Amino acid sequence: MRRLQWARRVWASGTGRFGVIVVVVIAATALVSLFWTPLDPQRVDIANRWAAPGAAHLLGTDGSGRDILSLLMAGSRTTVLVAVGAGVIATAIGLVLAALGALTPRPVREGVTVIVDILIAFPVLLIAMMISAVWGGSLLVVIVSVGIGFGVNIARVTRPELRRILRSDFVLAGRAAGLSPSQNLWRHLLPNVAPVFIVQLSWGMAVAVLAEAGLSYLGFGAPVTQPSWGLLLADLQRFISVHPLSVLWPGLAITLTVLGFNLLGDALRDATDPTLSRGSAPRGTEPPAAVTA
Amino acid sequence: MTLSITGLTIDIAGRRVVDGVDLEVADGARVGLIGESGSGKSLTALAVLGLLPDGARVGGSIRWEGRELIGMPDRDLARLRGDEIGMVFQEPQTALNPIRTVGRQIAESIRIHQRGVSRAEAWARAVEEARRVKLPDPEAIVRRYPHQLSGGQRQRVAIAMALACRPRLLIADEPTTALDVTIQAEILELLHHLVDEDGMSLVFITHDLAVLSQIATDAVVLESGHVAESGPLRMLLRSPASPVTQALLRDATATLWRPGGRA
Repeated sequence: MRRLQWARRVWASGTGRFGVIVVVVIAATALVSLFWTPLDPQRVDIANRWAAPGAAHLLGTDGSGRDILSLLMAGSRTTVLVAVGAGVIATAIGLVLAALGALTPRPVREGVTVIVDILIAFPVLLIAMMISAVWGGSLLVVIVSVGIGFGVNIARVTRPELRRILRSDFVLAGRAAGLSPSQNLWRHLLPNVAPVFIVQLSWGMAVAVLAEAGLSYLGFGAPVTQPSWGLLLADLQRFISVHPLSVLWPGLAITLTVLGFNLLGDALRDATDPTLSRGSAPRGTEPPAAVTA
Repeated sequence: MTLSITGLTIDIAGRRVVDGVDLEVADGARVGLIGESGSGKSLTALAVLGLLPDGARVGGSIRWEGRELIGMPDRDLARLRGDEIGMVFQEPQTALNPIRTVGRQIAESIRIHQRGVSRAEAWARAVEEARRVKLPDPEAIVRRYPHQLSGGQRQRVAIAMALACRPRLLIADEPTTALDVTIQAEILELLHHLVDEDGMSLVFITHDLAVLSQIATDAVVLESGHVAESGPLRMLLRSPASPVTQALLRDATATLWRPGGRA
């Protein structure tokens, strides 16, 4: 079971365990909410407006008497969808751009690098607003724009790392041992950029959660019929001076999720890089440029 | 002749860095390729394996077992690399993948060319190879990562990887330069022993005539891409004809420190 070593190392570090638990709880909640929530999240119950947390409503109700716990559970579906969707798109865009920018002949390589440098000037939120201005606000806009924004970030950080490793003797040694260029890519290059890439990706997924909440809050994201933590937060914060406790829940959910993704990413980075010993400065710890969500 | 290089030229970015190098390596011969930094030693070696950097242009002829290597498709060259021709690099620090255990790396170099070998078999053979290059406690050391090994141990791993498929020619590019003197002697002795055992040919690249004299029988002296002098090493040591060889000989003897003497 040598292959599970890294998983054990993640679990062994306290922050990694916290990250795993948070991510698993969110994913499980999203799954459960498809079949069951304590109450129908959209059921309006005017008689029970702004109910305090209690047996009937664990986290209380909002201004139209909807159960906040049920709303949060339903909203976690959106969160998971956005984090995973944006993560997949960012991975695809990031790796393709990084590979194009590192492994192709010089003119192509430098062209790609310039394009990445230009794209990186656009903050994720701005990309999202531009896209939603044209096609209207929707979850897809959030996913695609965060995916593009973070894909470019990943490319920007992964490309020089790929170049650096490409010049290593062990890559040359791999070729001298008879590996084809593509075998060399999978065995030597990609595993060595993985630590840097994982940190970027987990950071990107965390920002995707934030961006969804932020964009929905601003009205560029989820349509009002879609359960979303951002929408819920926007709803509740209008009454923050009267019912401060209720705003706490969606805020807490967002904060914990972002923290969980980040800590999991850090622990994964540490676990996949055996050269990291405690105290030495790990590669790729610097936060990505142009994070403005 | 197993390896026969004639009139090799290499151009990089319009500059001729290797110009008309001839090198013959007979079956079981141990040939030194010696010269100062930038004289084209390493490029000559990389040209044999077809691993020159992008944009390098090669001319002349490199024949291995009667087959012309220059212009050979990369797929066919890849089949020779590691299987018929092995290579050891200068820096044991960077020549191993930092995130793979050394056992896995030795096992992989076996599996590249021997597809039928299972993971478990390859692992068992990796332990054997580790024992063969005299790594201490081979069963345990194969589970470790490169950064947990000393420089000399890492170079032994690199040698084990290069020889795992029993190549007929080993190209060693300054394999002892990055090591301290006592470890240097051990690695040289190991190479000597392994080359003898397998009846392999050896091309040994170095800038140090003293090191070369311990391992090679013949030598080719390079100076800025040209062959300055070549012949049996004994002859070169006794009556160096070219100024480069004389300088290399002076450098090699200058390192012998004598108490009370002056540098």
